[in-house]
Amino acid sequence: MRTVVTPSVDTPEPQPGLRPVRLPRRWLLLATGVLGLVVLLAMVTGPAGLPLRSVLVEMVNQLPGVELDGGLDEREAAVLWKLRAPRIVLGMLVGGMLAMAGAGYQGVFRNPLADPYLLGVAAGAGLGATFAIVSGGGRLLVPLAAFAGGIAGVAATYALGRSVGGRSTTSLILAGVAVAAFLTALQTYINQRNVESLREVYGWILGRLLTAGWGEVLTVLPYIAVSTVVLLAHRRLLDVLSVGQDEAGTLGVPAGRVRLFVVLAATLGTAAAVAVSGLIGFVGIVVPHIVRMLAGTSYRIVLPLSAVFGAAFLVSADLAARTLISPGELPVGVVTAFIGAPFFTLVLRTSRRVW
Amino acid sequence: MSGLHLHQVGVSLLENRVVDDVSLSIPAGSWMTLVGPNGGGKSTLLRAVAGSVDYDGDIEFAGTQLRGMRSRGRARTVAVVPQEPARPAGMTVLDYVLLGRTPYVSYLGVESAEDLTVVGELLETLELSALAYRAVTSLSGGEFQRAVLARALAQQAPLLLLDEPTSSLDLGHAQQVLELVDELRGERGLTVVSALHDLTMAGQFADHLVLLAGGRVAAQGAAHDVLTEELLGAHYGARVRILADPQGGVVVVPLREARSQSDGKIHDGRAGVA
Repeated sequence: MRTVVTPSVDTPEPQPGLRPVRLPRRWLLLATGVLGLVVLLAMVTGPAGLPLRSVLVEMVNQLPGVELDGGLDEREAAVLWKLRAPRIVLGMLVGGMLAMAGAGYQGVFRNPLADPYLLGVAAGAGLGATFAIVSGGGRLLVPLAAFAGGIAGVAATYALGRSVGGRSTTSLILAGVAVAAFLTALQTYINQRNVESLREVYGWILGRLLTAGWGEVLTVLPYIAVSTVVLLAHRRLLDVLSVGQDEAGTLGVPAGRVRLFVVLAATLGTAAAVAVSGLIGFVGIVVPHIVRMLAGTSYRIVLPLSAVFGAAFLVSADLAARTLISPGELPVGVVTAFIGAPFFTLVLRTSRRVW
Repeated sequence: MSGLHLHQVGVSLLENRVVDDVSLSIPAGSWMTLVGPNGGGKSTLLRAVAGSVDYDGDIEFAGTQLRGMRSRGRARTVAVVPQEPARPAGMTVLDYVLLGRTPYVSYLGVESAEDLTVVGELLETLELSALAYRAVTSLSGGEFQRAVLARALAQQAPLLLLDEPTSSLDLGHAQQVLELVDELRGERGLTVVSALHDLTMAGQFADHLVLLAGGRVAAQGAAHDVLTEELLGAHYGARVRILADPQGGVVVVPLREARSQSDGKIHDGRAGVA
């Protein structure tokens, strides 16, 4: 039977029991717990074996108003706070950023294969870094050139996409393919002419989290913070976009503008991450998919959980990268793919279809 | 001026003139149905009214030009039931219908208690309450069509556009959906514009029929003025017989091609199969 419920005019109340989608608290707790464990493990693991208890005490010591003696000497404390901690924090920032940017790209392009490198960030940053390395630029110039190159790559893609296909997402993606191919060709040419710096360029491309103190963290933090806030603010609009550009338009969402904002924010954060860490693949594509399959497809779930799980994933990959062949180090990009690919396959086989 | 008024509306897609010089006028609260052959311009004209394609000429509803309205304002004025709505993976019926509240949610905000109240009522009205937490991908065609209708009604727009709302439904479900639209139109004073393939049903449910062919208005008026053997023959290339329904409607009956009995062949496509 049809019944017409008359709502009270002045104080509208939600229908009892109507629960729209939101971030499940247990998943947030689980993700934060996993991240906490991984960070702790990364803090106590390394060539300078620091006792777990001392590390814990030292960490509690950082809280304001706490004065405890963890029993670490000056050198050990320096290892903990000037080497390990900044590297772990950088891993969290970069991993969280790449995963969230990937989720944002997948949302605006409605394409499971979209990753944060889709529109030319990677090729542009690669070219920029290559330029800086072959011209003998130091630690300062390479990230700057990579950042500028990444932004320029996406800007070129947008301009080209607009000029050939107006507002269609397909023309934008194809423009990204063209721009990336062109920039990669340039980069290859420069590398051919400068074989002596090939090893350094290659090392950058494979990605690494090398830090000296907190400089890198402080450099990327503002960009990643802005990007995170903008992406999270678009969580509901990304859900609306899941019905496609035309339908979203009739629902009152200017799809082109939403896409521009999300791509801008994701590009800013990705370029900053790439500038300090090189091209770490796989995080941006795999983490959001695993979150979708396990916790839910709404961007109110996918964006925040991708950030936390992406952070945990990259910190553990980096932990593996610096311990597996200790005292040597593997490029972390190799590890993300090496751990990530089988894990992804496993989740694919056991989970429900989400695209 | 209340009601919906189209004045010399034209749409070009990739340099093809898909809709040309269409002028139509209907009073508020009435139901206009567009019929016509494939490619006649029905969907494109609806997309123009919805603001999904650029058009020339003027479209005015309730005294307001639709062109130049901001997207949120337009979504509060015009709601659309698309021909092939997307089914987002993993989204529940409740969240899907809540998408219709988008024009009332601030750009970066989330739904309010009032949005939930409106949607809760609609779920009851359209008998979707029991399906609220089912994934839209798991619904039958008829159930999903009700969810799409609920989403459009959640926009609380006085103008409702339906593009082939029954194309994926069987006869019974098609009738149910159209009856439901008619009932809601009465209750809420909606102005409805639909495109329909089924000519008999188009005649039954519309106050005003418009035959679009080649992007132009070939005929318009009441069912018995538009659904004639001559017009349907000329514009659809169809052989039909028009019967008078004893209850006052018009029944369109397609006819088989007359064939000589002497050639002895079976023309149903299975000839020669032993």
